[in-house]
Amino acid sequence: MIFLRGDDAAAQNNAKLLALIATLATFLTSIFLYAGFDSANTDFQFVEDRDWLLGFSYKMGVDGISVLFVLLTTFLMPLVIASCWDVKHRVKEYMIALLFLETLMLGVFCALDLVLFYLFFEAGLIPMFLIIGIWGGANRIYASFKFFLYTLLGSVLMLVAIIAMYVDSGTTDIPTLFLHEFDAIPLEVLGIQVVGGLQSLMWLAFFASFAVKMPMWPFHTWLPDAHVQAPTAGSVVLAAILLKMGGYGFLRFSLPMFPIASELLGPVVLWMSVIAIIYTSLVALVQTDMKKLIAYSSVAHMGFVTMGIFTVNQQGIDGAIFQMISHGFISGALFLCVGVIYDRMHTREISAYGGLVNRMPGYALVFMLFTMANVGLPGTSGFVGEFLTIIGVFKVNTWIAVFATSGVVLSAAYALWLYRRVVMGDLIKESLRTITDMNLRERAIFTPLVVMTILLGIYPALILDVIGPSVGLLVENYEKSISVYSHSIISFSKY
Amino acid sequence: MNGSSYNIFNSSNYFGWSETQGVLEVIQILLPEIVLAVFSMIVLLGAVYSRKNKTTSIVFWGTATTFLLVSIFIIFRGAAVYTAFGGAFIDDLFSRYLKVLILLSAAIILMLSQDFLKRNNLFKFEYPILMTLSVVGMMMMVSAGDLMSLYMGLELQSLSLYVLASFSRDSVRSTEAGLKYFVLGALSSGMLLYGSSLIYGYSGSTVFSEIFITASANEKSLGFVFGLVFITIGMAFKVSAVPFHMWTPDVYEGAPTPVTAFLATAPKVAAMGLFARVVHDAFGGAFNDWSQILILLSVLSMLFGSIAAIGQKDIKRLMAYSSISHMGFALMGLTSGGLEGVQSMLIYMAIYVMMNIGTFAFIISMEVDGKPVSEINSLQMYSKTNPGRSMALLILMFSLAGIPPLLGFFGKFYVLKAAITSELYLLATAGVIASVIGAFYYLRIIYYIYFGENPRALDQTHSLFNQTVLVISALAMVLGVVNLFGLEFVSEIAANALVN
Repeated sequence: MIFLRGDDAAAQNNAKLLALIATLATFLTSIFLYAGFDSANTDFQFVEDRDWLLGFSYKMGVDGISVLFVLLTTFLMPLVIASCWDVKHRVKEYMIALLFLETLMLGVFCALDLVLFYLFFEAGLIPMFLIIGIWGGANRIYASFKFFLYTLLGSVLMLVAIIAMYVDSGTTDIPTLFLHEFDAIPLEVLGIQVVGGLQSLMWLAFFASFAVKMPMWPFHTWLPDAHVQAPTAGSVVLAAILLKMGGYGFLRFSLPMFPIASELLGPVVLWMSVIAIIYTSLVALVQTDMKKLIAYSSVAHMGFVTMGIFTVNQQGIDGAIFQMISHGFISGALFLCVGVIYDRMHTREISAYGGLVNRMPGYALVFMLFTMANVGLPGTSGFVGEFLTIIGVFKVNTWIAVFATSGVVLSAAYALWLYRRVVMGDLIKESLRTITDMNLRERAIFTPLVVMTILLGIYPALILDVIGPSVGLLVENYEKSISVYSHSIISFSKY
Repeated sequence: MNGSSYNIFNSSNYFGWSETQGVLEVIQILLPEIVLAVFSMIVLLGAVYSRKNKTTSIVFWGTATTFLLVSIFIIFRGAAVYTAFGGAFIDDLFSRYLKVLILLSAAIILMLSQDFLKRNNLFKFEYPILMTLSVVGMMMMVSAGDLMSLYMGLELQSLSLYVLASFSRDSVRSTEAGLKYFVLGALSSGMLLYGSSLIYGYSGSTVFSEIFITASANEKSLGFVFGLVFITIGMAFKVSAVPFHMWTPDVYEGAPTPVTAFLATAPKVAAMGLFARVVHDAFGGAFNDWSQILILLSVLSMLFGSIAAIGQKDIKRLMAYSSISHMGFALMGLTSGGLEGVQSMLIYMAIYVMMNIGTFAFIISMEVDGKPVSEINSLQMYSKTNPGRSMALLILMFSLAGIPPLLGFFGKFYVLKAAITSELYLLATAGVIASVIGAFYYLRIIYYIYFGENPRALDQTHSLFNQTVLVISALAMVLGVVNLFGLEFVSEIAANALVN
């Protein structure tokens, strides 16, 4: 399976066109991939395997979980490229960075070798750093450095764990590692007794990386900065795709490879997720910057995802994946919405807007749809994901489910309030009198997103059927390893 | 290795050819070193008697060509192990790997220097000759099998470098750099000698294979351990490991930029090679004793090198701290011991040299109004005026920071793997944390180049050769991901030669 690699755009003027064609071609390729994908088969498919260094291999392939992320990426990238049609500053480099980023993101979702995965995972920092730093807003330097160093710190710990896994098991092949059982015998490290032993340590190292990437409370502080300072396209990619790498990592590595550690530490993650949902929703309420508000809402939604993942039952994980995909569309669309008015007014302050519905009816409609989807209105894709995860959590811990549900109410509060302040009311601001509604290009960008959001809301089987068997296998294997090791499970309170 | 006599003052025995090897055989073994030494003397004589400027250029090209030819000769020497002088000189795959690395980097840096030297009135024939002599010293170092030859190689190398550092005679800073380098270098040599005398006293020999026997004994006398510590400190000075790094930033900053480039590459390779040689061949049995010291040196170098570089405004000083932290990583590989440890160190050094040559190819040509500059902020928005070179520099910086998929990452990767295999988890964790801290200052350079505000005009004076080297090394960083240019295999057999 060879994806179209990002071509280096040759001529300055044709750069955008070429990038658009490249991403569209990639999208078409991935459609064929999806068409050829056999969802009943839980093995990895379309595997390409080449020898590489030191027994590592260049091994790529997809299974039910990753194929959708591939599609999400390829689907969104043409829209992202189209959304930055008005960029004037260093267009060629911008397109190269975006295409390079797409290549790496696809690599992350397809890699079937740990080292290869790490390579793609961390290399993604380079283009994103440049996108924020070169094309970002006023405070871009601070944001880009914070983003880079924070994420790097998380990933290097994962690197240590990856090497330790290699030394322990002698392979970095992901399917083989699924079958390998890492030691869970309690260890003493620096005088502290670690329950779950090596597994827990590795789990924590992976957690450091994914939790930062996700981002989970309290590791989310880089995200609002990065989002606010990034250009629209950067925000969209960041929210819609890069954040999903964390969730994907949890599903691909933490659960199947360290089941015992996940079982031991999972409850902590659940509580952290709930705190994330409620706390960041409250923080979102007081934001004055639209992008920041949406960024905090992303953190809250990612809280649902981690919560769903660490329930480790079919509904929870199905819901988490669904939530990730739908959040990809919705948050991407919301950032694009902000981008539309930012392009016109060059401010993201909520107080600078009001009554846009009078001048921009089309925009108001689109923005409303995505606001509702963000809240989780039934009929939109946002609902299915939240609903499934909450069902999953109910099976595990009722209290957490109750708190999480209250988070849904809060999300309605901040999202609707934002909408009211920006779109509704009378058009009293002098500066907004001449604002124009969306042009054809912008409509074309939003149409596929609208279609997808509603389609998935009405017909969720489109996703659930594909991921079902793979998730089922994941849960089954997880429970098998847990029951084998059940004697060693000690409640977390002792630790 | 043939066992040698205990009495080193019995010269006929010591210079073993009366017993085992004929003169011709010895010459054959030492041919590369002899060729270079003789070459430098002939050139010295020749150049003294001809006063034309034309000859200087010929000397430069000639020296570089000789380096290349000698390295090709070494490559085709095969896998056999030769020893001369009763084990004082060892020519095996390990030393050949390092020699090729030293010769190639010296040749490239010599050519890189030309342009700079011409424009700063330093284009003199002594430069290549001193470089040749120090290269001979380095080759002796990596082939040393005896404390005597170790010291001789080290001194030949160092003395030539002291002179090179103060090569710009009229510049106060350059002279100061040379003097500082000399004083501290002499101090370290003194320590090394003192350690050697202790070792000789307690083991009764200066040949590594004999010391090895004493070092492998269960009961080691205190004096022997002291000797080991002093020798390690002496070598730590040469690789500029913290806390013996004080000379590095000042010398790097003061010396003419091409000399800095040279200091940052070939001597570091030689010193690391020597380090590996000594701890394995001589003190292999005392692993626990020296690995403790090395762990400390490694952690301190990585952390200090990364933290101290943050505040630097001068790119040469910054590269000094960067090299300190890189040496910390290489030492981490060495500390891990065994085949994998040495292999990772060898890979690391090769990649380090590639990155540094590329970066210095750029730094050497940094000029404003015809005057060399080294302030980082003179790079402000360089990407506006010169996108191509900026891109190359960007790649090199990310590679130095160790971000995948660039080559610099693989250096770190192998070292970490070796450390984790030896269960040095904390050392590995300290290393990755240091690399995150270190990433900051590389990013800062990128920040100046790409995100800065006011463009500052650097001269467009890059010579074609410097540009080519810059671009090639940047390309190498990217393409290396395919198979590391076979480094993995080559370094494995080289490490094998040392460890077994």
